[in-house]
Amino acid sequence: MLKIKNLKASINNKDILKGLNINIKPGELHAIMGPNGSGKSTLANVLSGKNGYEISGELKYQGKDLKEISIDERAQKGIFLAFQYPIEIPGVNTSNFLKTSLNKVRKARGEKELDTLSFLKILKEKSSELGIDEKMLSRQLNVGFSGGEKKKNEILQMKILDPNLVILDETDSGLDIDALKIIADGVNSSRDKKKSFLIITHYQRLLNYINPNFVHVLSDGKIIKSGCMELAEELEKKGYKKIN
Amino acid sequence: MKNQNINTEQDYKYGFTTDIESIRAPKGLSEESIKFISKIKKEPKWMLDWRLKAFNRLKNLKEPNWQKPKYPKINYQDLYYYSAPKSVSGKPKSLDEVDPKLIETYKKLGIPLQEQKRLSGVAVDAVFDSVSVATTYKEELTKKGIIFCSMSEAIREYSDLVKKYLGSVIPLTDHYFATLNSAVFTDGSFVYIPPKVKCPMELSTYFRINASETGQFERTLIIADKGSYVSYLEGCTAPMRDENQLHAANVELVALDDAEIKYSTVQNWYPGDKNGVGGIYNFVTKRGACRGKNSKISWTQVETGSAITWKYPSCILQGDNSVGEFYSIAITNNHQKADTGTKMIHLGKNTKSKIISKGISAGKADNTYRGLVDIGKKALNSRNYTQCDSLLMGNKCGAHTVPYIKNKNSSSIVEHEATTSKINEEQLFYCNQRGLNQEEAVGLIVNGFCKEVLQQLPMEFAVEAQKLVGISLEGSVG
Repeated sequence: MLKIKNLKASINNKDILKGLNINIKPGELHAIMGPNGSGKSTLANVLSGKNGYEISGELKYQGKDLKEISIDERAQKGIFLAFQYPIEIPGVNTSNFLKTSLNKVRKARGEKELDTLSFLKILKEKSSELGIDEKMLSRQLNVGFSGGEKKKNEILQMKILDPNLVILDETDSGLDIDALKIIADGVNSSRDKKKSFLIITHYQRLLNYINPNFVHVLSDGKIIKSGCMELAEELEKKGYKKIN
Repeated sequence: MKNQNINTEQDYKYGFTTDIESIRAPKGLSEESIKFISKIKKEPKWMLDWRLKAFNRLKNLKEPNWQKPKYPKINYQDLYYYSAPKSVSGKPKSLDEVDPKLIETYKKLGIPLQEQKRLSGVAVDAVFDSVSVATTYKEELTKKGIIFCSMSEAIREYSDLVKKYLGSVIPLTDHYFATLNSAVFTDGSFVYIPPKVKCPMELSTYFRINASETGQFERTLIIADKGSYVSYLEGCTAPMRDENQLHAANVELVALDDAEIKYSTVQNWYPGDKNGVGGIYNFVTKRGACRGKNSKISWTQVETGSAITWKYPSCILQGDNSVGEFYSIAITNNHQKADTGTKMIHLGKNTKSKIISKGISAGKADNTYRGLVDIGKKALNSRNYTQCDSLLMGNKCGAHTVPYIKNKNSSSIVEHEATTSKINEEQLFYCNQRGLNQEEAVGLIVNGFCKEVLQQLPMEFAVEAQKLVGISLEGSVG
């Protein structure tokens, strides 16, 4: 699904990723943990194609060079980024935005665009699965949403767009235990043989619910250690400084 | 070269011309051309006298020049003041008699005039250069006592009403362009809603400039008698030409006791090309008088076209408890310039006004909000709320807000809020990451920015206006 080899990224002449390697196969869930400033969010941005980075190295998604593909095309091809800080867009209705987005993705997949009624049916189904209050969907996109609502909204978008590669950028930060469970349920119920996940997080607690196949430790722009769930537990006990 | 042509077509899809034989007034501004206009319209003598009075007054007036967008001097002797398709010289009595070329033109513009294809729930008056070519749904409206016809027809058929109200909101002695209009106006719409009648459909005028070297001077007069209601919408387009064309309209609204007029504009005159060559000078005077108690006038404008837009749709709140509203979106791209806003003149007690203005600038464009809130000594307990938001795209455009506020009594309250922001990179990234390309993302964000104004538009036009907002900004980011 995703193959990253010796990935380097810098912004304003500052090196952030310094030779990162990772290989994610369909059906796998990888967790990346690391301290502040280790390059976690940069990795998420580079994968989704955000402007402003100087990039070198190999970045392949489904065998294609991602560097050649624009942000919106990557999204249409099934890369989904759940934002650490979901953006507020005043005046734009949440469910209309979702419908526009879904129809763009469907069109790219060669599927028929949905009319409002059939879209609302899907929306209703997915939001009740996640325990999301429908009132939230008629509000302006992320405007005045609580931290938890914003993150739930990201997971709802993930469920509706049904991507191939999901990147969660610290989606668990700042959530209470109930919201955390909703996020975890959303991820777990989406897992299948075809989908891959890259979960970026500071803490072990989300991983307790979603059971990753691999855990990587990112430090100073490189993956310094890889393992399974035990590695996350060890990190939680010892802290990042002791790992090496 | 061929490709280039196609691109320009897409930018402004109304840029075509209709090849049709026309009758013109003698070139230039003179008594002779005014007499020509009056004669060809078979006007009564009082109308010609009125025009000539305005013309005499005009000789002592100077073009104003305090506005932000400057323009090269207009040679008024180099313009035609009347141009009409030959086939319309005597107005056709029914739609069957309208020149098929004209029907085709309006069809291309998305305004079907034929019986079976009319817009449902919308009565349309179609104005081509200097004349009204057709008015739909006339019979249905007549049954309710509503008059909806061309101005020329109203001057002949409803002389008393026109005489009573024409110039009562915008007097002959007003500023240069308004007085010019009074002298040479050609056609436009006339609406009268009788007491206690709620107009059952949207009334709409579609203005089209076709001929070159021609100014369009339309005149619209809407009277809502006691307790009546009407919603009126105007749309405008013009062919692409590399000359600047002048459009100087006058619109007068009168609302009597308990009456309400809702006036919406979707202005999409040709804006000129990417280098600022050509385009319409849209110098328009729009004014409404809330003459009766509890009356209400609401202006909504979506201004996306024209090389220069210069207008201040205003409300004179004479009646006690009367309400004036102004909702505006002004979009300027490339070299377009806009200096627009409103005047709210509070005279009656407990009068309220609300101003919501959204200005969007892109390319090398310049956008000014200019507004006056004037609360008179006797306008006790009056209120105004003003909100002006500006959105900038790129770093070569400008946005300015110039509010004038005069409050002459201590029981009234005036609030003014203003913001200026740049289109947010993070918002664009978020939309892109959800599969929208750059232009779709800009369209979505700008439409969100304009939402408060867009939702004031009648349903039938809101969707069109939303698309227009997106199209006007194409190529402005990235």
